[in-house]
Amino acid sequence: MQNKQKIVIIGATSAMAEQCARLWVQGGKAVELVLVGRNAGRIEPIASDLRVRSPQSDIQVLESEFLQAAAIQATADSIAAAGPVDVVLIAHGSLPEQADCQNDLAACHGALVVNGVSPVLFAEAFAQHMSKAGNGTLVLIGSVAGDRGRKSNYVYGSAKGLVTRYAQGLQHRFAGTGVKVVLVKPGPTDTPMTAHLKSGGAKLADVADVAQQIVDAVGRGQAVAYVPGKWRVIMMVIRHLPTFVFNKLNI
Amino acid sequence: MRTLSSWGRLSALPHQVVGLADPGQVADIIGVQKPGVAFGNGRSYGDVCLNPNGVLWHTAGLDHFIQFDAHTGRLVCGAGALLRDIQRVMVPQGWILPVTPGTQLITVGGAIANDVHGKNHHVLGSFGDHVQRIRLIRTDGQMIECGPQQQAGWFAATVGGMGLTGVIVEAEIQLRKIAGPWLETETLPYENLDDFFKLADDSEAGWEHTVSWIDCLSNKGRGLFMRANPTDIGTRPEPKGRKLTMPLVPPVSLVNPLSLKPFNTLYYNLKKSQTGSTISHYEGFSYPLDNILEWNRMYGPKGFFQYQSVIPREVGLAAVQATLGEIAKSGQGSFLAVLKTFGDRQPVGMMSFPQPGVTLALDFPNNGAKTLKLFERMDAIVREAGGRIYPAKDARMPRELFEQGYPRLNDFLTFRDPGISSGLSRRLMGS
Ligand SMILES: Cc1cc2nc3c(=O)[nH]c(=O)nc-3n(C[C@H](O)[C@H](O)[C@H](O)COP(=O)(O)OP(=O)(O)OC[C@H]3O[C@@H](n4cnc5c(N)ncnc54)[C@H](O)[C@@H]3O)c2cc1C
Ligand SMILES: NC(=O)c1ccc[n+]([C@@H]2O[C@H](COP(=O)([O-])OP(=O)(O)OC[C@H]3O[C@@H](n4cnc5c(N)ncnc54)[C@H](OP(=O)(O)O)[C@@H]3O)[C@@H](O)[C@H]2O)c1
Repeated sequence: MQNKQKIVIIGATSAMAEQCARLWVQGGKAVELVLVGRNAGRIEPIASDLRVRSPQSDIQVLESEFLQAAAIQATADSIAAAGPVDVVLIAHGSLPEQADCQNDLAACHGALVVNGVSPVLFAEAFAQHMSKAGNGTLVLIGSVAGDRGRKSNYVYGSAKGLVTRYAQGLQHRFAGTGVKVVLVKPGPTDTPMTAHLKSGGAKLADVADVAQQIVDAVGRGQAVAYVPGKWRVIMMVIRHLPTFVFNKLNI
Repeated sequence: MRTLSSWGRLSALPHQVVGLADPGQVADIIGVQKPGVAFGNGRSYGDVCLNPNGVLWHTAGLDHFIQFDAHTGRLVCGAGALLRDIQRVMVPQGWILPVTPGTQLITVGGAIANDVHGKNHHVLGSFGDHVQRIRLIRTDGQMIECGPQQQAGWFAATVGGMGLTGVIVEAEIQLRKIAGPWLETETLPYENLDDFFKLADDSEAGWEHTVSWIDCLSNKGRGLFMRANPTDIGTRPEPKGRKLTMPLVPPVSLVNPLSLKPFNTLYYNLKKSQTGSTISHYEGFSYPLDNILEWNRMYGPKGFFQYQSVIPREVGLAAVQATLGEIAKSGQGSFLAVLKTFGDRQPVGMMSFPQPGVTLALDFPNNGAKTLKLFERMDAIVREAGGRIYPAKDARMPRELFEQGYPRLNDFLTFRDPGISSGLSRRLMGS
């Protein structure tokens, strides 16, 4: 009789993910939400908020380790053991200072793991379960930064590039099955991750608008979703700029 | 530093904007990044929410719902929550905010700090009447929990306290049970101010919401009186949210003497022919402008003022008449002009604006000295009538009129946080 849609959010304290969660419980819908993060104390206020918004939904909080394969596997297994998962949104990430990554290999390594390896391992763990069930939607958040390496953030960008190529492979693997893979590529968005850019006058997209577009793309099972949509065109141009032009750009 | 304006767009000056998101870190942030003042959603018209060349504590991140008791209707939420979001979550659950202003795009913190009023003041008072508890954090790190029965002095200073007593991080609000989102509404034309007051008096007992649009260029004070009551008519399809955006700032104000007079006449006659009763959704009736995003741009690059005063009832008619006379003489004014009576009740805040009487709110495109001159003549009327001006809307009132209008000012000043300062506090309180 449990017919609620079951949605798992990895990195539930991400501002983008939180706005998605608000949309998923909106409008009197009853869903089952599992909020996964590295610190339960930080997820609790988000869970309480969602419970007020949707008393009929079932909101759980789960703490997990994010960087070790065995722990990631255990988290996914424990969630899947409780019942089939309809949607997994893998949202965590961290924008490093490029200079730090260049000067300190430990920082470089950390950035590659948290933005690239960790999301891929989470996706792979849930893919095992969705493959068995023959159903589900796996959502990964990449970035426009993964579309072409740039001097100002190529370490972060290459981790996101890993996510992009991985999602492509997964889409190939699940083509023609009930499992959908959605790769979201946000442009610069107003969240805690970009707070330092804002004071520099950067133009950032509204996070609630971005979340609405993510939720819509997930609903459609869209393979690649640039959010806001204009970034699809901008990145098409950037990807196709000849090297001699691109190398003159200070971006 | 980022340039920032309030709703009137009269200035665009640099601010150091510091986001508040985690209630646990507010004390540490405001203890270091000061002096500053809280900024909610910037829907105040003047400088009450600004601190040019200084720090603003932006509260948008404090927007979490914390708890809701479905038996008592008590909601606990962060001070950055928008009234719109509260209503959209709570109305389907059968509860509504008892008091909201003419826009729901404001925060709980802003609603408390200006003790905002709505169209139902004569029945339900102002926002602060429904606040049960406030959690306030001061720049010295002190946390104060206050409410009508607890630390009542702090409560009375903070409701209507213009953000000057500390940063509100969360509040507990008593919501009101409703049958659904619908209102039964009536629109009645009036030819002059006498008729307005008669309609207002007649409607006070039987109607929960009353408000009127007044044609500020008509000497006699003609207008349209609107009144509404919640109604239980079951479910029907809700209006689709259609959003329009004012796409750019026109080089000159679209509201000017050439456009205004014919527009007001047209509007009056159109509506006069469509009067009667209808069923309206609460959003459409209560917040008619919220679907036109950034409508404040229509006044052009110089921005606009709002002038809102409240005048004691005994002299209300004469004072409003005199004010309309001054406006007609000056040829300034705008379409957005609201006339409404307040109920016979005292607000909870020391510095709250509402008081028994009649309130007139008018927008004016900023035409520099000419507009300020008109305001001086309007001030004289308010002064003589023993009225006062609403700080949430103000960018220019003389200090002496502020002091006359708010007799509890000295009492209030003892509750101020020395680490908080705004454009308005420096202009009207010297620091
Ligand atoms: C179209 C329109 C219609 C309106 N109609 C009405 C009306 O009918 N009745 C009415 O009363 N008002 C009305 N207003 C004014 C508006 O309701 C008030 O100015 C309100 O206070 C704005 O809230 P805000 O969240 O935007 O706060 P801001 O404008 O950003 O700030 C307002 C004040 O609140 C303080 N503040 C904000 N958050 C906090 C906090 N967390 N802790 C401490 N202080 C804080 C600020 O320091 C400032 O002093 C209207 C405004 C508009 C644009
Ligand atoms: N904002 C943008 O402009 C932008 C643009 C393109 C792509 N993205 C991507 O969008 C996703 C969401 O970002 P956001 O903007 O919502 O960011 P955010 O609000 O800053 O959230 C970042 C999230 O990542 C988690 N996280 C960071 N470091 C971690 C670590 N070492 N281990 C585990 N979790 C960690 C955080 O958890 P804690 O709360 O526990 O710290 C938080 O949940 C990210 O993948 C980001 O790369 C963002």
